[in-house]
Amino acid sequence: MRKKHKMEVHKVNRSRGGNIAMFIFLAIMAAFMAFPLVMIINNAFKPLDEYYKMPPDIFVRHPTLENFQTLGTEMSDSWVPFSRYIMNTVIIVVVGVVGHVILSSMAAYPLAKRKFPGSKILFNMVVLSLMFSPVVTSVPNYIIISKLGINNTYLAVILPALSSGLGLFIMKQFMEQIPDSLMESAQLDGASEYVIFWRIVMPNVKPAWLTLGLLQFQALWGTSGAGFLRSEELKPFNYALTQIVQGGVSRQGTAGAIGLITISVPIIIFLITQSNVIETMTTSGMKD
Amino acid sequence: MDKELVGIKSGVSSNAGRKEKAGLWERIKRNKACYVMLAPYFILFFLFTVLPVLSSMVLSLCYFNMLQPPTFIGLENYAKLFLEDDIFTIAVKNTLLFAIITGPVSYFACFLFAWIINDFGPKLRSFLTVIFYAPSLCGNAYFVWLLIFSGDRYGYANSFLLHLGLITNEINWFKDGRYIMPLLIIIQLWLSLGTGFLVFIAGLQTVDRTQYEAAAIDGIRNRWQELWYITLPAMKPQLLLGAVLQITQSFAVSDISINLCGNPSVNYAGTTMVTHLIDYGTIRFEMGYASAIATILFLLMVLSNKLVNWLLRRVAD
Repeated sequence: MRKKHKMEVHKVNRSRGGNIAMFIFLAIMAAFMAFPLVMIINNAFKPLDEYYKMPPDIFVRHPTLENFQTLGTEMSDSWVPFSRYIMNTVIIVVVGVVGHVILSSMAAYPLAKRKFPGSKILFNMVVLSLMFSPVVTSVPNYIIISKLGINNTYLAVILPALSSGLGLFIMKQFMEQIPDSLMESAQLDGASEYVIFWRIVMPNVKPAWLTLGLLQFQALWGTSGAGFLRSEELKPFNYALTQIVQGGVSRQGTAGAIGLITISVPIIIFLITQSNVIETMTTSGMKD
Repeated sequence: MDKELVGIKSGVSSNAGRKEKAGLWERIKRNKACYVMLAPYFILFFLFTVLPVLSSMVLSLCYFNMLQPPTFIGLENYAKLFLEDDIFTIAVKNTLLFAIITGPVSYFACFLFAWIINDFGPKLRSFLTVIFYAPSLCGNAYFVWLLIFSGDRYGYANSFLLHLGLITNEINWFKDGRYIMPLLIIIQLWLSLGTGFLVFIAGLQTVDRTQYEAAAIDGIRNRWQELWYITLPAMKPQLLLGAVLQITQSFAVSDISINLCGNPSVNYAGTTMVTHLIDYGTIRFEMGYASAIATILFLLMVLSNKLVNWLLRRVAD
């Protein structure tokens, strides 16, 4: 009997009633999670009169692209060319992501594969840094960045983000599962640590690159550079968008278009990287 | 004579010390490449994480306004925080309320959803992962709650409640002290299926399938027993990391409060320790005072993490 049951649902220890109950529960929760996102998508295509309907509709009746056209006009009207804001975000995100992946991998390799004086303490410090939010360091960070003379430059936003603790932690845990034999044979051939790292370790941790990249992208994509980037021509995309949104009621439509743009880029990136991210996370737990 | 002996003794011991040091130095030299590779990351880590935590502790004992050099005032900042600053008391209360509600609820939600999703086929599983992860993935997407709970009749919540006749006047949701906290808790929960959720999804996939089949033969009857006896023990490392991520996040609630309710919010109903810190650190430039808040927050986060970690390990063993 159990055998038949197993063939039907291909999972053991599951009752059909339980499956249905779980499915209903999950569907309700998924609706709660997705509802605001569905609204964002619909709002982006609503013509202006549908914004002022009583009672308001969730779904768009007559979808239009006019919000995106208005956004385009408003962009071309801004006194710093809009492409400049986009460029700023691209620079911050690309340098931040690439730098973070390289620096974290370089530091993760010795911590994962070599024993040397100080390795334990350094790694424990990184684990400790996961236990508090970066916001507690914001006051001294502001002073340090001013003292370094990098206030009001891209570096003020990029440098602190490069050494995020979670990235190093995930990368180190992932590197630990690379078989030592791979590195040993290279060592016998006389390869230096740097060559082993670059030629053997790095190509084997591609899923982890993408994971660190995704997490870092997420952190930097939403940055408005508040407090650090004061010159208008250095401010990121996100800042410019908030400015347009704050323009008032007549901007509802543009705000809708902007909302869709801000959520779709991270979602597309996650869709592309998802399987790699999950693969990386399988090794990321906290061992003793 | 005695002196000489002491001299010899100390000479011997310092020699031994040198020998030991030489061993250490040898090992450091042998691993030169390791330190070179660690250097870029850890220089930045020290500069932007270790140094700020330490200097924050030092600054919390000073009066510092960024213009004049800091002056040492002992524990005055802390005394002021706990004895005079009524808003700080509200901030602590709100922060603890957030942490106690959203921390555990989001932790269990992350696990529960990941666990249910894991029973589906790969396609549906990755679709549902996107749905649940999207709010935290999308950074500023929470602004949409302003439309749902907007204070006028065009707001979805207001128009729905007016339509049903449950209210007669519009509610100004984010400007009414009674509603701010419950709303922020709901929105924080909506946002909280983050990295921890992904870690759980991944962890569930590592549990060996054959273990479940063996367990069924051994007399495990239903999904709850299976969860308790097989899945949870197998996922201990992921459960520990998930707890750390969720605790840290639940103590740091601030962006949604500032952006949806303003800083300060009406009657300080949405004030948390972090918004209070931001208020003093970036608006009033009382860096010493802000550092005292940061130090308390740091200790609160780290100690709760250590406590929960210890508890989880005890439960697991």
